[in-house]
Amino acid sequence: MLEVRDISKSFGGLKAVDNASLDVAAGEIVGLIGPNGAGKTTLFATIAGFHRPDAGAVSFEGKPITGLAPHRICAAGMVRTFQITQPFAGISVRENIMVGAYFRTADRRLAAREAEAVAGLVGMKDQLDQRGADLTVAGRKRLELARALATGPRLLLLDEVMAGLNPTEIVEIVGVIKNIRAAGVTILLTEHVMQAVTSLAERVYVLNQGRMIAEGTPAAIADNALVIEAYLGHGAAKVLRA
Amino acid sequence: MSRAVPLCVVGLAAALAWPLLVPNYLVTIGMLAFFTAFIGQSWNIAGGFAGQTSFGHVVFFGTGAYTSTILQVTYGWNPWLAWLVAMAAGGAVGWMIAVLSFRAGLRGSYFALITLAFAEVFRILANSVPFTKGGLGMLIKADPRPENFQFKDPIWIYYLALLLCIVSLLIAWQLTRSRFGARLVAIRENEDAARALGIDVFAEKVKMLTLSGAMCAAGGTFYAQKYLYIDPGIAFGVDKSVEMLLVSMVGGAGTIFGPLIGSFTLMGINEVTRWLASVVPALKNVQPLSLIVYGIMLILIVARLPDGLMSLFRRKPRHA
Repeated sequence: MLEVRDISKSFGGLKAVDNASLDVAAGEIVGLIGPNGAGKTTLFATIAGFHRPDAGAVSFEGKPITGLAPHRICAAGMVRTFQITQPFAGISVRENIMVGAYFRTADRRLAAREAEAVAGLVGMKDQLDQRGADLTVAGRKRLELARALATGPRLLLLDEVMAGLNPTEIVEIVGVIKNIRAAGVTILLTEHVMQAVTSLAERVYVLNQGRMIAEGTPAAIADNALVIEAYLGHGAAKVLRA
Repeated sequence: MSRAVPLCVVGLAAALAWPLLVPNYLVTIGMLAFFTAFIGQSWNIAGGFAGQTSFGHVVFFGTGAYTSTILQVTYGWNPWLAWLVAMAAGGAVGWMIAVLSFRAGLRGSYFALITLAFAEVFRILANSVPFTKGGLGMLIKADPRPENFQFKDPIWIYYLALLLCIVSLLIAWQLTRSRFGARLVAIRENEDAARALGIDVFAEKVKMLTLSGAMCAAGGTFYAQKYLYIDPGIAFGVDKSVEMLLVSMVGGAGTIFGPLIGSFTLMGINEVTRWLASVVPALKNVQPLSLIVYGIMLILIVARLPDGLMSLFRRKPRHA
């Protein structure tokens, strides 16, 4: 469904993403993990059209989308959320989600109905009239999800939706994400908390210092010496085995 | 919104009856208030709803005023017909400024400055090119016939201003309940999120400024037909830009009735300070007193009521 081939992206002298590739098949939940600063968000932003890659190609459902503007990529059926939540602060949750829903219909009533349905799916039914600015961190994360979902994507790119949440909230949002997948939406998510990913993803990619260092099931990844070193430092794998 | 309906009906009835009940000078004041509310609303679409603060909206106003006046005076056009062309010209200038500045990614204060620069360039051009008659300005021959867009009785220009104001309110109302309006608000609140949700931010902004420019240009023609004289300072001076911005900010930027309430508030201050200056000898030399009061008021509103006077009427959580 999504093919990312040899993407590189630098900012000045910093190579944020270096020859990274990944694939997502329809119906999967795929995780992209890596320590802080590994380049996950940059790779995401590049896939979603917010950055133009220096090299490499992205295709979605067989069509090349490299360097297309975000709204065109959204039109193709792929939407991202933001790690640093970007609510429309001055308007209500309903209106926030309606902006997403308007992507599919110009009709106000339909958009409002769609917004309420999506709010139900992410557990925000009781907060529809709250202002975006008044939401808690967990609420904002849900709103990110809801708005993106309202555009009717086939592939959702979730950028650290669990960061900053407490364990109870994480359990709740994991449930929400499972529901979304059950509704037929493919999901690629980044996370630097590995535990959160293992409970969701069938396959995991590991990014470190801009490079893809491993790929496999969560269990295999957790055993991978390179991955352990990326998280715990050079030589850690040997120490742990001993 | 439903409790606003009886208020609107009463307000409309009062506005219709007003010129029949009061002396002529108060009719003119009412006319000016509605006119300012109208051009204020054109600013409000850009600066309020879409969050693209312009300091040079007068560029559209002047474009409208000069387009219709030149067509009328130099080429003998009927002013009503020229009015349509003036709106198209204002829309075209809005389109051009939007394409140039939004293509270059200008936002916030940079956009405000570039609009100010455009207005100044237009003012200087109007001062120097031959077809605007330069600094002398242009005089429209007085010929008060309705088909000539000139009226003997001030009541008609009053009703025309009222009609313009109502049309602008309907446009704003439509914005609050349409996809286009929702997208403008989304762009104001967070441009990146808007892009991620499939909004072609550039295209929407261009559409927005084209609409706003056409509206403001309609106000320019109206002004020229009322006073029958324009010069570069009137048509492209910074005063009108500030006035449009001020009435929207004072009333409530991004609200339907903000510019109207702001315009009546400022008109009221104007009259009260004029009266004060005439009865209090110490204030006689403080001219114009109204500007000082405006300034204080703007400071207070920005500090205490950033959503303008409208926020006094609104229930706390805003929703559709």
